[in-house]
Amino acid sequence: MRLRKFGLGLVSALALAASMGVAHAKSDIVVAMQLEPPHLDPTGAAAGAIDSVLYSNVFEGLTRFGPDGSVNPGLAESWEISEDGKTYTFKLHEGVKFHDGSDLTADDVKFSLDRARADDSQNAQKALFTGIETVEVVDPLTVKVTLKEPNGSFLFNMAWGDAVIVAPESIGDIKSKPIGTGAFKFTNWVQGDRIDLEKNADYWGEPAKLDKVTFKFISDPTAAFAAVMAEDVNAFVGFPAPENLPQFEADSRFQVLVGSTEGETILAANNKLPPLDNIKVREAIAHAVDRQAIIDGAMFGYGTPIGTHFAPHSPDYVDLTANSQYDPELAKKLLAEAGYAEGFTTTLKLPPPSYARRGGEIIAAQLRAVGIETEISNLEWAQWLEQVFKGKDFGLTIVSHTEPMDIGIYARPDYYFQYDNADFQKLFADLTAEDDPEKRSVLLKQAQEMISKDYVNTYLFQLAFPTIADAKIKGLWENQPTQATDLTAVYWED
Amino acid sequence: MSLLFHSRTLLPGAVLTLLFTAAALISLVWVPYDTTVVDIANRMKPPSWLHPFGTDQFGRDILSMIMVGARTSIAVALVAVGIGMAVGVPLGLAAAARKGGLMDEIIMRANDLVFAFPSLLIAVMITAVFGASALNAIIAIGIFNIPVFARLTRGAALSLWNREYILAARVAGKGSARISLEHILPNVANLLIVQGTIQFSLGILAEAGLSYVGLGAQPPTASWGRMLADSQTMISLAPHLALFPGLAILLTVLGLNLLGDGLRDSLDPKLRRART
Repeated sequence: MRLRKFGLGLVSALALAASMGVAHAKSDIVVAMQLEPPHLDPTGAAAGAIDSVLYSNVFEGLTRFGPDGSVNPGLAESWEISEDGKTYTFKLHEGVKFHDGSDLTADDVKFSLDRARADDSQNAQKALFTGIETVEVVDPLTVKVTLKEPNGSFLFNMAWGDAVIVAPESIGDIKSKPIGTGAFKFTNWVQGDRIDLEKNADYWGEPAKLDKVTFKFISDPTAAFAAVMAEDVNAFVGFPAPENLPQFEADSRFQVLVGSTEGETILAANNKLPPLDNIKVREAIAHAVDRQAIIDGAMFGYGTPIGTHFAPHSPDYVDLTANSQYDPELAKKLLAEAGYAEGFTTTLKLPPPSYARRGGEIIAAQLRAVGIETEISNLEWAQWLEQVFKGKDFGLTIVSHTEPMDIGIYARPDYYFQYDNADFQKLFADLTAEDDPEKRSVLLKQAQEMISKDYVNTYLFQLAFPTIADAKIKGLWENQPTQATDLTAVYWED
Repeated sequence: MSLLFHSRTLLPGAVLTLLFTAAALISLVWVPYDTTVVDIANRMKPPSWLHPFGTDQFGRDILSMIMVGARTSIAVALVAVGIGMAVGVPLGLAAAARKGGLMDEIIMRANDLVFAFPSLLIAVMITAVFGASALNAIIAIGIFNIPVFARLTRGAALSLWNREYILAARVAGKGSARISLEHILPNVANLLIVQGTIQFSLGILAEAGLSYVGLGAQPPTASWGRMLADSQTMISLAPHLALFPGLAILLTVLGLNLLGDGLRDSLDPKLRRART
């Protein structure tokens, strides 16, 4: 008997020891998101999903965005700006290594910037680099960038995912085997399923707290809900079904972060297509649409109404929702003044996200109430890019513009909604050349007012960014100042 | 009337089918609420006296949506079966009349070709290429109905061609087209009606499947399949959103299948003889 008791004691002591081992904080994480990247070169495509996986984790730029949208030093530890605002001299960090073991030098920076601004560049945001006159290597850790004109947002531009630093020797395979300088190394991509990263032991900065990261791609909202509920994934960034959020909030296993994004969700109008080329018609549409009903009906209350193409959390934002108050009677009057008292019919092309599909049904009903009939067609992203974005074959569409500070698209007459206003183009040129923050702010406000008064598009709401995560995960970004899932500071709480 | 009681399945099948046909017909002239008007303040309300089936995620009355959806489903399935019969039956008759000939070969191999593809796959392909709409769904479902009717008609007609009365008609100098029309067709009509009912229920399922994946009738036209698709993430919040369209599909398809079974039992001479 005594012997057996002793035996039991030993077993329980062993069990205790074993369970203490298990109690160690986890060091791996499975993060799910809806869209899978088409390939892994952030400098070669507009797809935000590439940055959602790789930005800051694998690739870094000279500067980087912080969780609050501030621009912080990245690979450049410091910089000097010349008196005339045209020359930036960047001092690179010492001892930065690419994941293949080679050193980061000023030559890599020159290569990356020259590649991005080259005539045959595939970069989706070439406009970020067009102001660069020359890039010179001063010494292995110093690089001098000369601009054609002073540009107040140059450091901001360099923080974009499209401006990350790549190495010439790994560029050939970058689409399938990305080699960067970040705190995580790319290890594996199972197409249609997941991407694996592991901790970069030789990282130059603060090392990552996680050893292994898996990004899983779950596009179907029902499957997303099931995966989170079953704890198959530890976090879901950009959760696609806002109606499920209250359920997660009520569950103590999870934390729900509803952050802001740079996603201005708009009902875009084809400004060149009659009768939408008539400002009165566009104004009528703006008054016919009830934003709050769309936010409640399509997003279950998650979203901030906007009256112009600008993020409400920005200090320069002007609340212009009063320019387009919900007023169906006024909308009918404006339509009559424009000569469309009987209304008209146009197309409404909707990409897959629920803000567009659900918002579209609500908007169609609201427009019908003032006499505007819409023919709805639901498109996949590829079709939408082909027909609407490239082909400009549409009357109305709903889309969220997720790039930061993208009011500049209104200065591009060939952009898909085709707003062509010389005054705005001049205003934006002035803005780009200005580097005094006070004056920039004034110009930005003017720009917001101009597009709001021209009723270029109907500005609906700022997209919310819901993240659902295991309650023990700390350090996730709540907001989306740029498309990114920065996991460098993420850890499991014991 | 005594026909109805030949079979135990005929009556419930006929009642369910009539119920949904009536709902669809009534929706042409009257629905409790306009299904194209959204009322966000009243969304996802559970069933009540005002809204017997509750309201959906946009505050639309689900009963009205089901009625309009019945119209969409029945219209799509009916026209699709119509296409299948209108093209398939003459093809089958022609193939039987020229048994073993070149025409028979061409018609039946073309049918095999269409049959070789899974039916819903063809439908997805057609709507993906020509765009999603109710019309394209009709065409897609109609096309895969053609070989079904062509084969059935040919098979049944072949056995009839050896009968004495056909021989008599031939001797009387009737051409094969007239014989097919006047003697063969009336004798295969029973089979066609039974098969038509079954295809009709498959057509309703196909329409629901296509609109579930977004390739059927486009909003704001209500459709059962899309109602299901739209509500699936809300099942835990408001189960009635998915329950009623799901029940509608289930009961309609069940009703049509029972009706088809019952009709076969009553109309098939062999079975009738076995019973008496």
